[in-house]
Amino acid sequence: MTSGLVQVSGRTRERPPAERPLAARRRRRSDLRLALIFIAPSAVGLIVFYLWPLARGIYVSFTNYNILQPPTWAGLGNYQAMIHDQQFWNALWVTVQYVLVNIGSQTVLALGIAVLLDRLTRSLFIRVAVIFPWLVPNVAVGIISLFMLDKTVGILNHGLEAVGIPSQYFYQDPHQAIITVALVNTWRNVGYTALLLFAGMQAIPRSLYEAAEVDGAGEWKKFIRITLPLLRPVLALVMTVSVIGSFQIFDTVSVVYQQPIPQATVLYYYIYEAAFAQGRMGYASAMAVVLLIITSVLTVIQLRLLRSSQTDLA
Amino acid sequence: MVLILFVTLFPFYWMLREAFTHNSEIFSDFGPWPRHPTFVNFLRVLGLATPAQQQAEAPGSYQTLNVFRDLLNSVIFTAAVALGSVFFCSMAAYAFARLRWRGRDVVFGVFLSALLMPPIFAILPNFVTVKSLGWIDTWPGLLAPYLLMQPFALFFLRQFYLAIPREIEEAAQIDGLNKWQIYWMITIRVSGAPLATVLIIQAAFAWNEYLWPLLVGQSSSTQLLTAALGSFVRNSPTSAPDWSGFMAATTITVVPLVIFVLLFGKRLVSNLQMTSGGK
Repeated sequence: MTSGLVQVSGRTRERPPAERPLAARRRRRSDLRLALIFIAPSAVGLIVFYLWPLARGIYVSFTNYNILQPPTWAGLGNYQAMIHDQQFWNALWVTVQYVLVNIGSQTVLALGIAVLLDRLTRSLFIRVAVIFPWLVPNVAVGIISLFMLDKTVGILNHGLEAVGIPSQYFYQDPHQAIITVALVNTWRNVGYTALLLFAGMQAIPRSLYEAAEVDGAGEWKKFIRITLPLLRPVLALVMTVSVIGSFQIFDTVSVVYQQPIPQATVLYYYIYEAAFAQGRMGYASAMAVVLLIITSVLTVIQLRLLRSSQTDLA
Repeated sequence: MVLILFVTLFPFYWMLREAFTHNSEIFSDFGPWPRHPTFVNFLRVLGLATPAQQQAEAPGSYQTLNVFRDLLNSVIFTAAVALGSVFFCSMAAYAFARLRWRGRDVVFGVFLSALLMPPIFAILPNFVTVKSLGWIDTWPGLLAPYLLMQPFALFFLRQFYLAIPREIEEAAQIDGLNKWQIYWMITIRVSGAPLATVLIIQAAFAWNEYLWPLLVGQSSSTQLLTAALGSFVRNSPTSAPDWSGFMAATTITVVPLVIFVLLFGKRLVSNLQMTSGGK
């Protein structure tokens, strides 16, 4: 949902320099006092609930801390423990698998839905319907999926058996677990992603398609040659934002499992468990730092992608 | 297109269907509608069923939801987070977009960095902060991390305020209004559509919040619907889950969203493109 933001950062210097003299003179007076009043509440929120936790979290990651007693310095101990922690690497790997399946399926499906929306219908009802699952809390989606995918009472397995396929364990099957989680979240988010891409498609001039039609291009060719290249900036943006969000998978896993099987223990859940079930705040913070580094690197890549592709739409 | 709609909406239909089905029939009844439709599951999750009904429908499941209270809490939480964050972030966004002061871009960069932080990173220390303030299980504790600063709302609104034609403000300045008056009397008046969009998105976000409410809101006076639903499922017996109860409870979570979408769906989908950077 934050896909537009990165563009914002680039806009600061785009002010038109030419302004009318009267206005310019009036505005040269600094608005510092008023600005301070205006940003004060948000600044308090930022400092108390973002910056302070950031500093605190990094500090705690170098300590042993169980909330009850004050932290004691541990140096790099938590990080060394992490390197040797099989479960940590497992959680990271599970998360990466989740991200790949989730983002892969979501992007392909969203593109398809966006093209259909763009080509076939202006119906507002369909657009609202498509985005509806995105509004439903992860928790609710998790429970509905748990029921529909259940081994004995689930409607999906009932349908599979009706066509001669044996029923599946889905969430409880070590091979299917994380894929199931990923696809369920794809189901929830694909409509939202599709609408963002759809919005991006509205910026592509219709005349290009008309010209291509004159040249005898079919739908597929138009998609490959026109839609995809011109959508690239929006697509890159939407995808990288989705990837970052995807790394933070937690709600679904925590709802559908009373205790996740190892093949479904994602990093976010592992951190949560270390912090709140085992009281190992220091270790949990160290893992959170690693997650922070991963998402930061992805953000830098995102900014790069955006910058390098900005000229495309000109 | 029909297939997409089917895949999108069928799970909700199935949830609804199940919510009206007796637990005893879910093993045998796979028809498109329940053979013996019943309201008993809703009565149960709303805490209105008799003990006998409860025992008949979900033997061994002693826990009940008190969805009324949770629903009310969730509505209050959602409204407070949406209104509060948009109110405060809008002011800050205006300061970053329209006021001139030294260090503005640097400070904005610091605010921007908040976007990069994975929520779990803040949740651990925030939990400690809120705990040391004695705010666990209180409304201030539940709301504080959301109320003042929501990076998304701030950046979205800043982007919009940057795009308002300067002429409007200049005209107001010539009429003798100062910046404070311009913001309250003009800028937010002409920004109805984006403010409403951010409100809607923030509300959807707040309705979905799970981990923080789960950690902080534990007693019935602060428990949110998502957290209640989550623990209801997690604590139910694995051998015989109360499916009908789950589905009735989930339905109660989804119904407000249907109302929400009927009221605001049009604005939501038509304004989404503003957030995606599409024109």
